[in-house]
Amino acid sequence: MEVGMHTDSKSRAETGAESGPRGPGCSLRHFACEQNLLSRPDGSASFMQGVAEKSREQLIRNTCEAVVLGALHPRTSITVVLQVISDAGSLLACCLNAACMALVDAGVPMRALFCGVTCALDADGTLVLDPTAKQEKEARAVLTFALDSVERKLLMSTTKGLYSDAELQQCLAAAQTASQHVFRFYRESLQRRYSKS
Amino acid sequence: MKETPLSNCERRFLLRAIEEKKRLDGRQTYDYRNIKISFGTDYGCCIVELGKTRVLGQVSCELVSPKLNRATEGILFFNLELSQMAAPAFEPGRQSDLLVKLNRLLERCLRNSKCIDTESLCVVAGEKVWQIRVDLHLLNHDGNIIDAASIAAIVALSHFRRPDVSVQGDEVTLYTPEERDPVPLSIHHMPICVSFAFFQQGTYLLVDPNEREERVMDGLLVIAMNKHREICTIQSSGGIMLLKDQVLRCSKIAGVKVAEITELIQKALENDQKVRKEGGKFGFAESIANQRITAFKMEKAPIDTSDVEEKAEEIIAEAEPPSEVVSKPVLWTTGTAQIGEGIENFWGDLEDSGKEDEDEGGSDEAIILDSIKMDTGVEVPNIGSQDAPIVLSDSEEEEMIILEPDKNPKKIRTQTISAKQEKAPSKKPVKKRKKKRAAN
Repeated sequence: MEVGMHTDSKSRAETGAESGPRGPGCSLRHFACEQNLLSRPDGSASFMQGVAEKSREQLIRNTCEAVVLGALHPRTSITVVLQVISDAGSLLACCLNAACMALVDAGVPMRALFCGVTCALDADGTLVLDPTAKQEKEARAVLTFALDSVERKLLMSTTKGLYSDAELQQCLAAAQTASQHVFRFYRESLQRRYSKS
Repeated sequence: MKETPLSNCERRFLLRAIEEKKRLDGRQTYDYRNIKISFGTDYGCCIVELGKTRVLGQVSCELVSPKLNRATEGILFFNLELSQMAAPAFEPGRQSDLLVKLNRLLERCLRNSKCIDTESLCVVAGEKVWQIRVDLHLLNHDGNIIDAASIAAIVALSHFRRPDVSVQGDEVTLYTPEERDPVPLSIHHMPICVSFAFFQQGTYLLVDPNEREERVMDGLLVIAMNKHREICTIQSSGGIMLLKDQVLRCSKIAGVKVAEITELIQKALENDQKVRKEGGKFGFAESIANQRITAFKMEKAPIDTSDVEEKAEEIIAEAEPPSEVVSKPVLWTTGTAQIGEGIENFWGDLEDSGKEDEDEGGSDEAIILDSIKMDTGVEVPNIGSQDAPIVLSDSEEEEMIILEPDKNPKKIRTQTISAKQEKAPSKKPVKKRKKKRAAN
C-alpha cells in the first residue's frame, strides 16, 4: 500500500554564543532564524540561539506529536531531521524552536506553536534563563520546558539536577514569561516573510 | 523514500537544451554556480553553498596513539554524511553506493595528495599524535556534492586551530585556548575537485552540473587540482569513452576554475580572520543576510522575572498537596522485589480462594494501588509498618523462585479486591503470584 503523501520537514538548529558572560538577571540571547533555506525538503528552518541523543529525539518527538494534527494526514509520515551546527548551551530548547519553525515552514497543520526554554539554577538558587554551555555545566540544576503558544501550557519538561518544588514553579513561571518573547519572535519573522514589502 | 523518477519529457528537454548550449539556470557551459562560504563561531566550522547545494564541515582534533607503521605521523580521518534532509532518497541505510563513492573520492583527494602536513601533527613520536577528524554533512542536494564537499573540507581545515602543545623532555603540556592561542594546521596546498558532466557519449560537456543535469548525464569526470596546476586526483565514471584532448581540455578548464575558487576561499578566510581580530560579531547568525525576507533576527532580550516568585508561591499554595505514594516493596527472594501490583489479569476467571483483604491504613491518595493483597497463610508480618519492606518468611514452601509455578502451572494472576477497578497502569507489569497453601 503506497503512502499517499509524504511531508518532510527538515530543520537545522544552531546555538550561537554571545561573547562575554551575562549577569544574574534573566535575559534571552540573541536569536536569528532563517526559513525555507533548503530546496529539497518541503520545509526547512534554521534557528540560531545564542546522549543522550536518543532521549533527546524522543522528547522532541513527543512534543511534536502533541501539537501536530495528525488526524488530518492519515497514512503520512512526517520526518523531522535536525542537524546541530554548533552547541553553545540550551541545545534542546534550540532544537525545539527549530523543529517548530520548520513544521510551520512546511505547512503542517498544528494546534499550537511550541517553543523551548531552558533554565539553570546555580548553587545559590539564582535563576538563569537560556544558559550558555559554561553556565549549564556549573549549574546545580538545568530544566528545559516546552510551552505551547495558546495558553503557555507545559508540553514537555525534562530536568537534570536537584531542586525544590518551589524552585520548579518559579522556573516554570519564568519560562512562561520568556516564551512570550520567543513567540513574538516567531510571529515577527513570519510576518516579515509573508509581507509584501 | 524513493526518488521521484525523472519524466521522459523532462529528460528530452534537458538534453535538447544542452545540445543547443543552453542550461536551465542560464549559465554558460563552463560557469560555476555562486559559491558562498560562511564560518561558525568555533574554529573549524563552516558551511559552503554551491548554488543550492549546502555542505556543513566541522573539524575536531584529539590526542591519540599513532598507527604502528607510521609512528611519527598524525592521523587524518574524513567522513561525509548524506543527511536525510538533503534529499528524500537519502534514507539512513539506503545510500551506500553513492556514499562510498563520494567518501573514497574525498579521501583520495585530501589524504593521498598530502595537502596536510601529517609530520607536524606528531607530539611524541610513537606515543602521542594528533588525530584530525573532518566531518562533512550534506544539508541540501542540488547537484555536484563532491565539489561542495571538497571545498568545505579544505576550508574547514584551513580555518581550524588546534590547541598548542609543548614538549619538555618527558613532559607534554597541552594548553587550553585561554592559556595560549590555538595554532593553525600546516597546509601545503588546497586541492579542489571540479566536476565535468558528459552528455551524448562525450559530445557535450558541462561544468558543475546541478541535480537535474546529473540525472541525465552519461558520465562524470572529476579532476582535483590545486592552484599550482598540479592534478591531485582524477576519476572518470559512467563508462564514457573520452579522447585524450578532451581530458586535457578539461584539465585546463579545471586549472582556471580552481584558481578562482582558491582566491574566493582565501578572501573568505581573511574576512573572517579580520572580523574576529577586530572583535566584531562572527558566526552563522551574523552571516544571515539582513535584507532577506526569510531571515529575521532579534537582539538580546531582557526578561522581567520579578514577579516569578509570587506567582510560584500562589501556584504552590493553590495546588493540592501531592498525594502520598505509599511504596511498599515486597521482597520475594533475595534480589527480587515487587512494588505495587499489576493490573487485573484478563486471562479468564480462575479460582480465587484465600484472598485476604489488606487495606493500607488511610492512604486513599495512593496513586498506584488501593490495597495490597496478601494471600492467606503467607506468614507476613503485620503491614502496619509502612516503611519497612515486607520480607516473606522463608519457609520451604515459599523458597521458590518467582517464575516457578506451584500447584497451578502458569497461573499467574493478580487480584484486586477493591470494587472500583484500579486501572492505574503500573510502570512494571508485575504480576503477583498467588501462593496457595498446599495443605491447610
